[in-house]
Amino acid sequence: MLYEVTIDGKNYRLDLSRADGRWSCRLDGRAVEVEAILARPDVLSLRIGNLAYEVKSERVANDLHLWVGSTRFAVEVRDPRSLRGRSRTADHQGPKKITAPMPGKVVRLLLREGDSVEAGAGVAVVEAMKMQNEIKSPKKGTVQKILVSEGTPVNAGDVLAIVE
Amino acid sequence: MFKKILIANRGEIAVRVLRACHEMGIAAVVVYSDVDRASLHVRKADEAYPIGAAAASESYLNIPKILDVAARSGADAIHPGYGFLSENAKFAQACADAGVKFIGPTAAAMEAMGSKTRARQAMEKAGVPFVPGTSRGVESFAEAESAAAKIGYPVMLKAAAGGGGKGMRLVHAPDQLKSSLEAARSEADRSFGDSEVYIEKAIVNPRHIEMQILADEHGNTVYLGERECSLQRRHQKVLEEAPSPIVDPDMRRRMGEVAVRVAQAANYTNAGTVEFLVDQQKNFYFLEMNTRLQVEHPVTELITGLDLVHLQIRIAAGERLRFTQSDVSIRGHAIECRIYAEDPDNNYFPSPGKITLLLAPSGPGIRRDSGMYEGWTVPIDYDPLLAKLIGYGTDRDQAIARLTRALSEYFVGGIKTNISLFRRILRDADFRAAKLDTGFLDRMLKRTEDTPLDSRKSEVAVIAAGIFAALGSPSSGMANGVSSGDSGTTEATPSKWKATSRREALR
Repeated sequence: MLYEVTIDGKNYRLDLSRADGRWSCRLDGRAVEVEAILARPDVLSLRIGNLAYEVKSERVANDLHLWVGSTRFAVEVRDPRSLRGRSRTADHQGPKKITAPMPGKVVRLLLREGDSVEAGAGVAVVEAMKMQNEIKSPKKGTVQKILVSEGTPVNAGDVLAIVE
Repeated sequence: MFKKILIANRGEIAVRVLRACHEMGIAAVVVYSDVDRASLHVRKADEAYPIGAAAASESYLNIPKILDVAARSGADAIHPGYGFLSENAKFAQACADAGVKFIGPTAAAMEAMGSKTRARQAMEKAGVPFVPGTSRGVESFAEAESAAAKIGYPVMLKAAAGGGGKGMRLVHAPDQLKSSLEAARSEADRSFGDSEVYIEKAIVNPRHIEMQILADEHGNTVYLGERECSLQRRHQKVLEEAPSPIVDPDMRRRMGEVAVRVAQAANYTNAGTVEFLVDQQKNFYFLEMNTRLQVEHPVTELITGLDLVHLQIRIAAGERLRFTQSDVSIRGHAIECRIYAEDPDNNYFPSPGKITLLLAPSGPGIRRDSGMYEGWTVPIDYDPLLAKLIGYGTDRDQAIARLTRALSEYFVGGIKTNISLFRRILRDADFRAAKLDTGFLDRMLKRTEDTPLDSRKSEVAVIAAGIFAALGSPSSGMANGVSSGDSGTTEATPSKWKATSRREALR
């Protein structure tokens, strides 16, 4: 199996295969001795050579995080053969979805459809646990669509608006 | 002794009280709001009653509904926990009127301590040391001006009915007084429905140290040592420890005796806490009395060997304290971290959501009081406190070492927590040297920390990411060869068939 993995803006090419319960692994073409046990879902006990690591995996909103010990890595994994994987990498241009980073309630909309917006300007205010948080636009453009109204409850990752 | 206790709270404190009930052979009745059916306190209870909508005013703050459950369940006492109705004198009185024992002080003692200005007047009579200031609310700007000039700048404006930093303003110079007074008044009015504001001398970079007291209903009052609570953010405590690194036995005795005088002046019964501000010369000043069990009570329990909730229940049942002041001794050191559902990368904004993975620490010297479990969705409606992690050791250094070790084992996946903040605090040189004051945390957070990129760990993450994806681990979202973008619908049981067939096909 071939994966493209991005961590901190750096791309790695990972070639993994398994036979008789043993992994063989090439990282950017270099052979790495790996042995792994899935201790429970989302927890991997990993040996690289004789060094032991416990790696935890979680998804927060739309982000995949891997924790090596107490260090967190935001990770993107793509399967270069999967069409879906490719389409995700081309996400930087075109309309950008603005999503709720946490579950809560939309208490205020700061812009209307058709308004122009600067990068970093507030689009909506979401309240959770008695605190209000301004959700900002990641890019300059025009508010193409607003998908929530004031009072709407939202989940983490729900799309609030689309900026073109 | 009581047969059945109603716990009028939720979260970790409801579980804490419930455990004490079960340890004492008492049945535990809980109440829950619409969003708390799946909460841990309901899972562990003997009886559970729904009391209404998520909004606290409809449920956990609703006195008639809670008293109705007390009557229906036949509970003979109510433990209020902290927050919610715990310091509500009307509730304490309503319990008394309904013939249910309120586990806490009387309504009269609560009222005496509830208003900061009234408490101050009572305490002046008892000879308790105060921060210089007005014992009464200021009526006019002119009065405020002359009072501030007499006390000397900087001064602090405080709401008489205040708490949690609301209606507080620090004033450095006379020209800021007018606008600050107006702002404090209107904020106090909005927050508490009472615009009374008084003036105190501002103590620069004080320590916040509090004394635990316990009083039975037969006139015996003891102090159980202090807690250092100087690590705060937005006037909320984040980490507490006992004993305080700066308090020696003589200072402890003097503070303890003042705390006992404070309690006796108000005819106080049950557990309570007297808060002090301590200046750089170690002078201590009475701040206020909290008429409830505190969030941070476990650190006192660990260093005294006493169970405060057991004792609260025994006192409320009319028992006498079975020990005297000279029996109380302090042994070792304890530190508590308040684990909140909040996002360190987004100014510690609350971060509710579903807990997808929970790995909890244990081992020597570790106590964990938690209200969460794996698979539970943290509701958006309440305070974001999830759990308290407490480390205990023979001395402060060992407590820090054990807590640091335990934090490295603690993992809460799927939501953001402030666990990383505690790692940073515990390795901070000033914290280790016990140079603490209420400005410590803001100063520490202003310094940006350079974390050099560990390329070996990055490679470990890369390899792990690939293996997770190949095995179709739930959060990898790669079970079907597609990256799931929807957090709510991540498959719990990935298809092994599909993963296997992919592996076979790609070989």
